[in-house]
Amino acid sequence: MIDTLLSYASGLLLLLGCFFMLTGAIGLLRFPDYYSRMHAAGITDTLATFLIISGLMLAAGWSLALFKLGLIMLFIFFTSPTASHALARSAQLSALRLPHMPAEATHKNNKRTRTMATSESNTAGPEPETAVDTRT
Amino acid sequence: MLNATLIALLVVMALALTRAVLGPTIHDRILAVNMFGTKTVLLIAVICFTLGEPEYLDIALVYALINFVSVIGVLRYFEFRNSNADSTPEATRD
Repeated sequence: MIDTLLSYASGLLLLLGCFFMLTGAIGLLRFPDYYSRMHAAGITDTLATFLIISGLMLAAGWSLALFKLGLIMLFIFFTSPTASHALARSAQLSALRLPHMPAEATHKNNKRTRTMATSESNTAGPEPETAVDTRT
Repeated sequence: MLNATLIALLVVMALALTRAVLGPTIHDRILAVNMFGTKTVLLIAVICFTLGEPEYLDIALVYALINFVSVIGVLRYFEFRNSNADSTPEATRD
């Protein structure tokens, strides 16, 4: 009784994980720009990992494999948002800015906004107005 | 259900590899390779339960560690590549 219930719950979790995983992959392939692709990949990575490893945990039962699966899930929970944050920060610091900014303003103010972003202490000059102009 | 999960994982890895080949910028490729590595960890874990040998989960754990470290290392390598080519003092200050 409880074994069939556990196997049904495991299959349901694995099926949900497959659905979210395929959704994230299609989003990674079809979305128009880099940041929306990163949104699709970064969200579904963590969620599909949680669902699939939970399904495997229900299939494993009380054993050493359960502890190892929990360790893998804990590690992916720490590293996947960190990797997404590092990807976004690296793209924002390099030439790949947000796409709704005009191109000539980006090229003109690229160094200024980057120095504002990296060193917050010495930005008491006239830079905030120009930064607001570039954001809109 | 484990076999269906294996097929879905292989399809997702093929789509991520397509994005890594097509990707217009280097960040798209790094993003696709990061997703590919995460799905590789899941694939190793599902293969363990398909074959019925849970000792292979150590390989999945080690691969998760190596994947994260390699993604962070490649990102640090490409972080200031495009914008700071003309101003080296800022790059060294960071």
